[in-house]
Amino acid sequence: MRLSPDDIIFWRHGFLKLNGTIVFTWALMFVLAAGSKLVTRKLSTDLERSPWQNLLEIVVTGIEKQIVDVGLRNPQKYIGFLGTIFLFIALASLCTIIPGYEPPTGSLSTTAALALCVFVAVPFFGIEEQGLVGYLKSYTEPTVIMLPFNIISELSRTLALAVRLFGNMMSGTMIIAILLTITPFVFPIAMSALGLLTGMVQAYIFSILAGVYIAAATRGRKSKTEPKQSLTA
Amino acid sequence: MDSTTIIAVASIVTAGLTIALGSIGPALGEGRAVATALSSLAQQPDAGSTITRTLFVGLAMIESIAIYCFVVSMILLFANPFWNHVIAQTAGK
Repeated sequence: MRLSPDDIIFWRHGFLKLNGTIVFTWALMFVLAAGSKLVTRKLSTDLERSPWQNLLEIVVTGIEKQIVDVGLRNPQKYIGFLGTIFLFIALASLCTIIPGYEPPTGSLSTTAALALCVFVAVPFFGIEEQGLVGYLKSYTEPTVIMLPFNIISELSRTLALAVRLFGNMMSGTMIIAILLTITPFVFPIAMSALGLLTGMVQAYIFSILAGVYIAAATRGRKSKTEPKQSLTA
Repeated sequence: MDSTTIIAVASIVTAGLTIALGSIGPALGEGRAVATALSSLAQQPDAGSTITRTLFVGLAMIESIAIYCFVVSMILLFANPFWNHVIAQTAGK
């Protein structure tokens, strides 16, 4: 039985091989990039606008609202990162309705890459917002004793992000594959509908958790300085 | 019993135990979380969107524990490193 789309090999030359994960990831990237390029080619600001522009506006404003709800104040800065992650994972699980397709997020390599992006982005945004010293200081909050635990949590949550997405996606395809051998006709359809729901929830969870981590890194000390300012004022 | 049989038996039994014991805790936790969220939704319907969002994130966090157990049992069943090692050794002989 296949655990991940890594095992589908389309082309091999020496040590170079083109497996399912790479092919499906690039296909998704192409669809996302070409689709948004096509839609934004002729944008209009008056009342007459194309349905595709409406769709994209709904998606973008929806993601923006969620980012604000997480606690990040200027969503324009973070939507490039968080929105792309959400759209990629959501499209990856939405495309499972196409026969012959397997979600690239069902491979641990893809999810580990996404989690590593979050792992790098959190200190990046944190240092940009509060400076190197301010960000490093946030590791020693509330006391210095918490320093090793903060570092461990930074690593373990990256692992958790990767394994959570991988486990959910892999279990979806796995359960359908097992059910196909037991009850071939109707029941797998119900499970693939459930798989679509799980995929959407996981895309939401992944981007919301990335947003929460970035929010925690960027406003780390503000909760401490704000009462002081009110005292001096 | 030779070592191949022992490894096979241990892997299968451990895979079953992993998913069986590992799903008890998350199931209890998710039940508690949903029950609390429902009672707070009944008390404050205005805060519905916030409660639902936090509930979803929390449920995913709780569920990831069960997912870890699932991943471990799947590795034991379908991509077992010890089994592959033994198979490779017997094939090499």
